[in-house]
Amino acid sequence: MITYLEAIRLAQQKALATDPRVFLYGQDIGNFGGAFKATKNLANEFPGRVLDSPLSEDAIVGMAIGAAIEGARPIVEMQFADFSTCGLNQIVNHAATLFYRTGVPCPIVVRLPSGGTSGAGPFHSQSMEAIYAHWPGLVVVTPATVEDVYTMLLEAVAIDDPVIFCEHKFLYYHLKAEKLPETSLPIGKARIARAGRDATIVTHGAMLHESLAAAAELAADGYELEVVDLRSVKPLDTDTVLASVARTGRLLVVSEEWPWGGVTSEVISRVSTEGFGLLDAAPMRINAKDTPVPYHPDLWSVHRPTASTIAAAARRLLHI
Amino acid sequence: MSKKPAPVTESDYLKAYRTMLASRVLEEKLASLYRAGMIKGGVFLGKGQEALSVSVGIHLRRGDVFAPLIRDQAGRLAFGDTILDTLRTYLGSQLGSMRGRDGNIHRGRPRDGYYAMISHLGAMVPAVAGALLARRLRGETGVVGATCIGDGGTSTGAFHEGLNAAAVDKLPLVVVVANNQYAYSTPNSRQYACADLLDKAAGYGVAGHRADGTDLLSCLETLRQAVHDARNGGGPQLVVAPLLRLVGHGEHDDFAYLDKSLKKSAVGADCLELAEKHILSQGWKTAEDLAAWRRETENEVNTTADRVRREPPPDPGEDDWAALSRPEYREQYAAA
Repeated sequence: MITYLEAIRLAQQKALATDPRVFLYGQDIGNFGGAFKATKNLANEFPGRVLDSPLSEDAIVGMAIGAAIEGARPIVEMQFADFSTCGLNQIVNHAATLFYRTGVPCPIVVRLPSGGTSGAGPFHSQSMEAIYAHWPGLVVVTPATVEDVYTMLLEAVAIDDPVIFCEHKFLYYHLKAEKLPETSLPIGKARIARAGRDATIVTHGAMLHESLAAAAELAADGYELEVVDLRSVKPLDTDTVLASVARTGRLLVVSEEWPWGGVTSEVISRVSTEGFGLLDAAPMRINAKDTPVPYHPDLWSVHRPTASTIAAAARRLLHI
Repeated sequence: MSKKPAPVTESDYLKAYRTMLASRVLEEKLASLYRAGMIKGGVFLGKGQEALSVSVGIHLRRGDVFAPLIRDQAGRLAFGDTILDTLRTYLGSQLGSMRGRDGNIHRGRPRDGYYAMISHLGAMVPAVAGALLARRLRGETGVVGATCIGDGGTSTGAFHEGLNAAAVDKLPLVVVVANNQYAYSTPNSRQYACADLLDKAAGYGVAGHRADGTDLLSCLETLRQAVHDARNGGGPQLVVAPLLRLVGHGEHDDFAYLDKSLKKSAVGADCLELAEKHILSQGWKTAEDLAAWRRETENEVNTTADRVRREPPPDPGEDDWAALSRPEYREQYAAA
């Protein structure tokens, strides 16, 4: 069985093996194989192309940008998504502006080990997709399955634009697949993860699995929830979301991010402005609580949305 | 690096001087266009820094990488930028390299190794280092990357991270610090506490070079050595050159905060005037020759400016408003 984490490693291995322009740069990713072992053995397998960086997120991204201008395809690892704020300037002001300003694209992939895990605390748990999606010039993806994390990472390397690759740490070990696909939906297309008729849940990342569990719980009561996995939050597949809401008339948007702004408000804004007539009830959303991500497992498990809070919200949406 | 590069010749010096002169004349024109309200945005001049700047650009060659900063008109021209494209960018011509999407000193042609700076100081240091890393991974040797910064820029995290990372990988990066005494209005006494910015070279484990930023020969010799050492495997080179910015931060700035004693000190000398004196004292050219060069440059600048002023501005209806290269990823949701 292939884990989500192993799929990330295999995608990088394939990218290195098939594209001589690819190299990896990041903290502890060389012989050590990375904090999560997402690059395990790759330095050995591809000598000189999997490079340890100093503890310098700005320089990591800045160097990737310069390398990309010269025709390379760097994949850089932020040890945790949270630390990407130390490289934020290079990402949003340099990589994201380069094509519009100069006409020269910036094909870098910035891997962000994202989202909460039990006991990780305020600085190793953040979900950053909304802030990166805010800046023009970035593609922001949030693969939620083993298959997607593999194919979307390969696709991210192949495209010419900077990609913020939000891989979810909660999924690293326990999400498994039999085999990896050769092809998949392209970046920018959402996927109906579960078909239903009574209400639509739009979600991404680890919340897909909480949402699917909630849908299973409601199915036992005879309600069929449709679950849309956005896959990429920018571009955001508004058409698939609207089509689903057209079928169900009800919308619940679930995200592990903080509530102010972000993916949930963006989706609701789009559906409300473009599909108001499709709605039979006010749209709802669930986010993490508006505090730093707490350390203690008992606090953390309540801080973020879970299958039970999602199911409860869905019941309110359905007036049951 | 023990091996010495070829000495700076009369012809090298005169070529550098003519580029400095072109830069000075062009910037005088930019200032006058600014006062006439014809410039789109701000004007930021490099008066007093031409000797250092030209010495960077002139020692790079095709295939090298150059990320100039705010006061590097002279270095830009030496590296292959043109009076035409400078004026197009400042005057907001659609035909400029930035097509109206960015302006003034934020211009470049990255495909030609001529990087377009972002305003966030220090950011270009790791970018050039990354370019050099990519070249190395491709098996290219003998490539040099250079970037310029000021005393203020040395206080940024990006400068530190970039130079340190370049040092770890022993990349052929030349970082040139124009210590022009002020970061906007902030004097060096509020910028750093080390005795000398060159002391930082030892801290990063890179070679250090000092040039007299007012003296063209010193700048040419120092940069020739630094670029030579980087090209021949000596790793990153940090060049520090004291000089004085002879104008305000931008043309909007009256420079009232200038400590007048600095202007009278050796550091406050005008490098262009000193270069002229040197040329005359060496008997390489006469005062008439130099005056003729100036007139020639003024004619070119004025003619070019007149031409550019007749060029169309960018057309908002023609801009594709696309920040991503791949059309299917472009979103215009809720845009005005």
